[in-house]
Amino acid sequence: MATTNEPGTQSAVVKDTGPEAGRPVVELRGAGKAYGNIRALHGVSLQVRPGEVTCVLGDNGAGKSTLIKIISGLHQHSEGEFLVDGEAVRFTTPRQALDRGIATVYQDLATVPLMPVWRNFFLGSEITRGPWPVRRLDIEAMKKTADEELRNMGIVLDDLEQPIGTLSGGQRQCVAIARAVHFGARVLILDEPTAALGVKQSGVVLKYIAAARDRGLGVIFITHNPHHAYMVGDHFSVLRLGTMELSAARSEVSLEELTNHMAGGAELAALKHELAQVSGVDVEELPEEEDLTAPVPATPEGKS
Amino acid sequence: MGMTQQAAPAVTTPPASGPSKQTDGRTAQRSLVVRLLARPEVGVFLGAVAVFVFFLVAAPPVREASSMANILYQSSTIGIMALPVALLMIGGEFDLSSGVAVITSALTASMISYQLTMNVWVGVVAALVASLAIGMFNGWMLIRTGLPSFLVTLGTFLILQGVNLAVTKLITDNVATDNISDMDGFGQAKALFASSFAVGGVNVKVTVVWWLVFAALATWVLLRTKYGNWVFAVGGNQDSARAVGVPVTFTKISLFMLVGFGAWFVGMHNLFSFSTVQSGEGVGQELIYIAAAVIGGCLLTGGYGSAIGPVFGAFMFGMVNQGIVYAGWNPDWFKAFLGVMLLGATLINLWVRRTATRR
Repeated sequence: MATTNEPGTQSAVVKDTGPEAGRPVVELRGAGKAYGNIRALHGVSLQVRPGEVTCVLGDNGAGKSTLIKIISGLHQHSEGEFLVDGEAVRFTTPRQALDRGIATVYQDLATVPLMPVWRNFFLGSEITRGPWPVRRLDIEAMKKTADEELRNMGIVLDDLEQPIGTLSGGQRQCVAIARAVHFGARVLILDEPTAALGVKQSGVVLKYIAAARDRGLGVIFITHNPHHAYMVGDHFSVLRLGTMELSAARSEVSLEELTNHMAGGAELAALKHELAQVSGVDVEELPEEEDLTAPVPATPEGKS
Repeated sequence: MGMTQQAAPAVTTPPASGPSKQTDGRTAQRSLVVRLLARPEVGVFLGAVAVFVFFLVAAPPVREASSMANILYQSSTIGIMALPVALLMIGGEFDLSSGVAVITSALTASMISYQLTMNVWVGVVAALVASLAIGMFNGWMLIRTGLPSFLVTLGTFLILQGVNLAVTKLITDNVATDNISDMDGFGQAKALFASSFAVGGVNVKVTVVWWLVFAALATWVLLRTKYGNWVFAVGGNQDSARAVGVPVTFTKISLFMLVGFGAWFVGMHNLFSFSTVQSGEGVGQELIYIAAAVIGGCLLTGGYGSAIGPVFGAFMFGMVNQGIVYAGWNPDWFKAFLGVMLLGATLINLWVRRTATRR
């Protein structure tokens, strides 16, 4: 794994930026998506501001993937509004989203495994030189730039010619993040970047999320891990069965509440009562339903 | 390449203590041999040398220059088609209709110029349009339906096979087209597609030159241009490629059209060498092209390969094909020989790739 001598994950402890942090770059207003008669997403409102990390949490099937597919241009929303810089848009290809500065790092789709690191870094945005019939890749420039950008993010690789498939999962995510940052992304969508990673690897990825935020990018961090979300998030949205269950700034929600919402909140409380009737299950420590419902005033930060 | 100089010290010095460049200290420099073997064309190069040496020893007539010219000619007719087929395979698809598409192209040119009594160049251009259209149809069907290219092109293969025979019989009342050798422009077209020239007293067919020119061009495009990058990307991981903005639809359709171009070129060569076309030919050739690409180190599942590899792959075919004749053996062994070569090459490629790209 790449080593770095940056301060480390302390930088993940964020200042509360609040709503005055600037105009949202990306905004959804009551957006939704139906596939035939299946309503995958409904009435979702979301704002992404520069220099903020917006976390979208949700269980499998909650509509997280649909949400990012709308924002990244793979699918189109079928209800509500999708605004970029305050202007209503409807992307038909990922290229259009990229051109507006919205870059997506997919969990599995970030890279082409058999291609060298530097080719992956510039894939789709290659640097060329020379007039048309002999227009060719500027390999030296691309290798140099890729190396510099990766080092800026604290990733040191010996050989940029090695197939990217030989890197670890965390390194691949980091290359993809560095790539998005280099290509002038203003909004970075990260699709469960820590899902398949170990503890240490996840830490590395979280650090790059913080690094990207500190460079002024708006980050949409999709995850189902509230602990990871709370490390770097400024705003939290919880999706459940295609609708928005919670939308709260960092100051309005604690890690415990976030975890409970993620785990199904009210459903869990109901489950507690059922479990209470089964002997041998200790339910005293489980939260009550009233603790779980509304966002409450700020609580001291969790020890996560 | 600077890597060769670095290779030696990296083994002896402790990791991450390089004087100038900071490294992560985890990847020991792989030896030059291993890195060389990781190239897709190295396995087939060694195989081609082995087959060449084998026949040089086993069949003395092969040692003559005229035999060599003949072997190269045989290789070139396979090799010109193996190139676009290989590019398509690197792009993650394959084309079963390429063999009969060659004949379709030749039939189109021949019948249009003969039946309309026009300059053969009219037929040549019409054939080019038809060939590109067939490629475009294959690519467009693939993209629109999302079916595997195996099914789509199997359909095209059967359609073309039937159309070739039926239309030829309908128009000429024969299974072959009429001889066009006395028509306007035939000489010019023959000079371009099917002439030969003397090198040191040996007659070399012009297709050999075209083959090597196309191979050089394909290599340059594949390794040094945007388009080449896209070909590797759509074959390696189509969804990733699309997500980072690679025009997947354009790349795939254009690759099929490139196969169409190859089919046109070989079709024109056939037409202007023999002046007439047998409408039932071409069946089975598509597998030869695919085999040459696979022996040449292209991964059947896409995303990996080269344009030089299939050159050696086609050369192995030509060598075995002619070598058996020169050695005086029963030519029936040819296919058996090829099968063994194909399996051997595939196993070597598999082993090489596993060794060279191991974490």
